[in-house]
Amino acid sequence: MKLSRLIPPSARRSAGRWLAAPCVGVALVLAAVPATQAQFRVEITGVGATQIPVSIVRFRDEDKAPQPLSQIVRADLERSGVLLPVDPGSAMLDEGSQPNFADWRAKPVDGLVAGSVTRLADGRFDVRYRLWDVVKGQQLSGQSIAVTQPDLRLAAHRIADDVYQRLTGEKGVFSTRIAYVSKSAGQYALWIADADGQGAQDALKSPQPIISPAWSPDGRELAYVSFEDRKAKIYVQDVFSGKRRLVANFRGTNSAPNWSPDGSQLVATLSKDGGSQLFVMDRNGDNLRKLTSSSSIDTEAQWSADGKTIYFVSDRGGGPQVYRLPVSGGAPERVTFQGSYNISPALSPDGRYLAYVSRVSGNFKLMLMDLSAGTVQSITDTSDDESPSFAPNSRLIIYSTRAGGRDVLMTTTLDGKIKARLAAPQSDVREPVWGPFAR
Amino acid sequence: MIKNQSLRPVQPAAVRALAGLSLCAAALLAGCASGTRLEPPAPVEDRNNPALNSGANAAGTDAGRTSQSQVAGVDLTNGGRNALNDGGAGRTVYFDYDSYAVKDEYRPVIESNAKRLAGDRNRKVLVEGHTDARGGSEYNLALGQRRADAVVRALTLLGVQDGQLEAVSFGKERPAAQGDDEASFAKNRRVELKDR
Repeated sequence: MKLSRLIPPSARRSAGRWLAAPCVGVALVLAAVPATQAQFRVEITGVGATQIPVSIVRFRDEDKAPQPLSQIVRADLERSGVLLPVDPGSAMLDEGSQPNFADWRAKPVDGLVAGSVTRLADGRFDVRYRLWDVVKGQQLSGQSIAVTQPDLRLAAHRIADDVYQRLTGEKGVFSTRIAYVSKSAGQYALWIADADGQGAQDALKSPQPIISPAWSPDGRELAYVSFEDRKAKIYVQDVFSGKRRLVANFRGTNSAPNWSPDGSQLVATLSKDGGSQLFVMDRNGDNLRKLTSSSSIDTEAQWSADGKTIYFVSDRGGGPQVYRLPVSGGAPERVTFQGSYNISPALSPDGRYLAYVSRVSGNFKLMLMDLSAGTVQSITDTSDDESPSFAPNSRLIIYSTRAGGRDVLMTTTLDGKIKARLAAPQSDVREPVWGPFAR
Repeated sequence: MIKNQSLRPVQPAAVRALAGLSLCAAALLAGCASGTRLEPPAPVEDRNNPALNSGANAAGTDAGRTSQSQVAGVDLTNGGRNALNDGGAGRTVYFDYDSYAVKDEYRPVIESNAKRLAGDRNRKVLVEGHTDARGGSEYNLALGQRRADAVVRALTLLGVQDGQLEAVSFGKERPAAQGDDEASFAKNRRVELKDR
């Protein structure tokens, strides 16, 4: 892959300039989503988030391509909660056009995206786009991306990532992937999909349950728990080759795998010595080392991004609470204090936040803790939240919950204001986990 | 693999001049995939697609041709073990909510199974713990394990050898009853003894 920057760093806008832009109301957000885009189900709750207004014009000859490129870009940007797609109206533009910036400023939008898609002689598609800073009246980015048909969605997500990064100064997560598990009529499947839930492909099908998928830091492998052999064992599967290896098959239950940030080790819950205790092992299962020795349940270990600390769930104080422990050894320290049942910790990659699930009056609620301030807030209106996992840029959380009598996957911004229900063709989906930036 | 190329800016000239300065190549993960299916009776069988596989090995050499959106799937549907027979009430112990205490009313279940196992040292059983659907999958897995451990302890106290028993857990993953009410929950909080 060749990436070429067209814009000198000085032309890049600081986030502060954009954040000063006037906030456009919620009605406009909804108006920007045409009916044909219903598959993306971006639902906005709450107002007040300052967003950068941007228009994405339908790409020239997009209707001749098998994927609705501009719609994918628009839905990605909207889901971020940071950019605000504004209906471009009937504008006809492509990457070679010279936009009338005054007209676009009047919309008002700050950013404008246009492009085209052309089928090449070898069957691939050439996707071209350009991003303009409408206020300054100059180009911010422009690229040509040649892809095979299965990668057309990826090309659209890459465009969204580029637009997001040029306008916010932060890396986008739209070209990353998620994994999740579906259950239907006695069949379980582990799926890998685009971060918007589209383009799902099954990595594993089994008549027995599959839980707790965990991406390796390089995005090449998934560790997971499969019950295919009458009990819970931990497998690691290469996503690209499909090759699997059994990494934990001890007496009793083997579960809750999580990777060290350098990908060299796994932490997992094993009951081999009685009870459920934490163990660290090499990525192939060798060099097993016991991390906790308690008479309580110790499980759901999560390695911190700096590699020094392991967060986990323990009922050593009565009910389940989140604790943390230095990997090098030492006394566990309790992290959650509100409520009597707190499980499923997830750490933001930037180390600032802890997401977890709390039982509140019989409901299971996604909570977000600011680790430095110690403050906790509930960020959903649903009552069966499970399995939170942060996007690699720490700006979004994916989780499962129940809606309309089904298990569904949602993403939310950290303030809880922008939520999107991910399109998943399977009936009941859960155990979502967000992959790294690697792809 | 995706190839990105810079588009020449339509204008202005200053930007065009700078464009040449900043060509940077980012070697992305060379993705492409081989399909894998697990077929009976072989435990793991690769069904590689040679065309795609060659791309995976030749990272970046044949870049634009192969897809990195692909995922290789494994299918255990026919290769995995069939659903196990229900052991029946005589092999099942039920538990109160959030409890792993073996209740007195299940003493006869424990005693009859202990007698059966103590009388045949070659007989081995899986002691499967289960929970109701409320709460997270991993924490429930640990709770089910604790129930299974409790039944194993009760059996070994009655003379069953440790090597005849393995305590495992399915957590909330394999409910006996599907309902979302207390009657169903009560049927799901259980330990089942399954012959190996």
